[in-house]
Amino acid sequence: MSSKVISQPGVYRRNPVARWLAADTMAGIKRQRMLLGYLFIAPTIIGLLVFVIGPMLGSFGLSFYKWNIFRPPEFIGLDNFERLAGDTRVFVSFRNTFILVVMTVVMLESLALALALAVYRMANKAFATFLRTAYFLPVLLSGASVAVTLGYLFNKDFGVINYYLGFLGIDNIPWLTSSDVVLFTIALTTVWRNLGFTFIIYLGGLSSMPGEVLEAAEVDGATGWRKFYRVILPLLSPTILFAVVTDVIKMLQFFDEPFIMTRGGPGDSSRTVVMMMYESGFGNLDFGYGSAIALLLFAVIMIVTGIQFYLSRRWVFYG
Amino acid sequence: MASLVQQPATTTSTMPRNPRGRYTIRIGRWLTLIFIVSIAFLTLMPFVWVVATSLRTPAESFSVPPEWIPTDMDFSNYTRVFEEIPFWRQIGNSFFITLSVVFGQLITASLAGYAFARLRFPGRNILFWIVLATLMIPGQATIIPVFILISRVLHLNDTLGALIIPGLATAFGTFLLRQYFLGIPDEFEEAALVEGANQWQIFTKIYLPLASPGLAILAVLTFNAKWNDYFSPLIFMNTKELFPITLGIVDLQGYMGTGSISIVLAGIVLSTIPVIIIYIFGQRYLVEGLMAGALKG
Repeated sequence: MSSKVISQPGVYRRNPVARWLAADTMAGIKRQRMLLGYLFIAPTIIGLLVFVIGPMLGSFGLSFYKWNIFRPPEFIGLDNFERLAGDTRVFVSFRNTFILVVMTVVMLESLALALALAVYRMANKAFATFLRTAYFLPVLLSGASVAVTLGYLFNKDFGVINYYLGFLGIDNIPWLTSSDVVLFTIALTTVWRNLGFTFIIYLGGLSSMPGEVLEAAEVDGATGWRKFYRVILPLLSPTILFAVVTDVIKMLQFFDEPFIMTRGGPGDSSRTVVMMMYESGFGNLDFGYGSAIALLLFAVIMIVTGIQFYLSRRWVFYG
Repeated sequence: MASLVQQPATTTSTMPRNPRGRYTIRIGRWLTLIFIVSIAFLTLMPFVWVVATSLRTPAESFSVPPEWIPTDMDFSNYTRVFEEIPFWRQIGNSFFITLSVVFGQLITASLAGYAFARLRFPGRNILFWIVLATLMIPGQATIIPVFILISRVLHLNDTLGALIIPGLATAFGTFLLRQYFLGIPDEFEEAALVEGANQWQIFTKIYLPLASPGLAILAVLTFNAKWNDYFSPLIFMNTKELFPITLGIVDLQGYMGTGSISIVLAGIVLSTIPVIIIYIFGQRYLVEGLMAGALKG
């Protein structure tokens, strides 16, 4: 390629920068790679500083102010956090979010794992591909489309779901209009949309398990539940940890589905933390209070994730 | 595995096979089959219902019992979509936003991922840890300052730039591609240096093509996430002509859900087609990549 240049070092040696970076010396190549390193990371580092790290610090700062677009910011110390501590609506939104996270994650992980176990060693490849595609298809839809569609299906009086449940002798269930059921309905909706993604991750975990270990276990007479508990589950535990941690983080930031399906209703019974933050920050234009809610959510996400990693030492098995 | 080693005596291969055990296995197989097929049924039926209902006249869209086979073949709902919302504009916006972010992320993440994996410079490890730390910051925790930045400082509110520029740098993509570049042996670079290639050529001609499965996964995941994004357009956009299609669909439904179902569903079908096409092209990489545990790091 540019072997010509190497054979004629004198050509660029007159330029001090070119000499410093000369490609025919090891030191020059090292310097080139160093310079290129900084150039290459610059867009990412600048972008993250401006749009993630800076705003994170901004959130922190804003939470000490009372500020909306129209009036200049006013420093109020810890007032926003004091208000937060006594705000029952925020408390309710955290309770709703936790209930949603637990219901969604339990259903999601157990269903996805069961499906992956049933599919991963299927002899009929075409059937396996069909199932994989079927499970994955809802992942391609937006939360908005899913919320709109399932909102129709869950309609109490005209919905398809209640129609078929009627055949089983079940009275019309007020899926979206009763405060007792609405969180479960939203959890079902979320499971429907995310099942395929979690399923694929478990399928990956199962496929990368060493086949010899399974065969050895079978030769030793480990079958069925025993094989599952003693062999598959420990080997799969890192994948399970990854799926649970990422799913919990995703669900703690829940917004699209409840916002579109119920607007947080009936009452506040399906209002999530991010909906509270959206309402304070962008509905009431109370940026300071909205930031305080966002910070509290961030702290909760960190704590919940930390607890999961701490507990994982007891059950996750790293081969 | 450890537990197997601990108790080798309790389970031996000389265990007698009893016919009842075989019988339960057969029942188990049938139950498994019923289970996996019925879940596939549940994930697919809403799609069938959406398509069938989108082809039915609005008056019959809530017909009970639900009809699964579209008998009316009424395409007028699809033409109504174009009348109710500026559909082509909004689809165009979605494409413009999504493709800009996808290409932007491919560039920034492949550069940074390569640098963190293969170039040596002072501060590399600290900077990489900073990038990893930003992975844990949820988008919602920063949205208020980002909104102030976009609207008051950059004056990009209600422009497509508001949805593109904040998404160009990606901690996730940088991390993903770093893992890919780490998996490519150093010998390629040594060979290329002997051939007289410069550092830029080593990156673009050798390492970048070898990392293309990683680039494909990042492209498909980013496309899916950005195309389906609802939260940030909801915050930044006011003008209907500048909405991406996710906002358009909810707009079609009307604030109190007064819109015709058939028309809304026709809009959902139309807006999902591009993602399905992208998925058909990218699924090999996506599914294989996810299955290979690329996301586990």
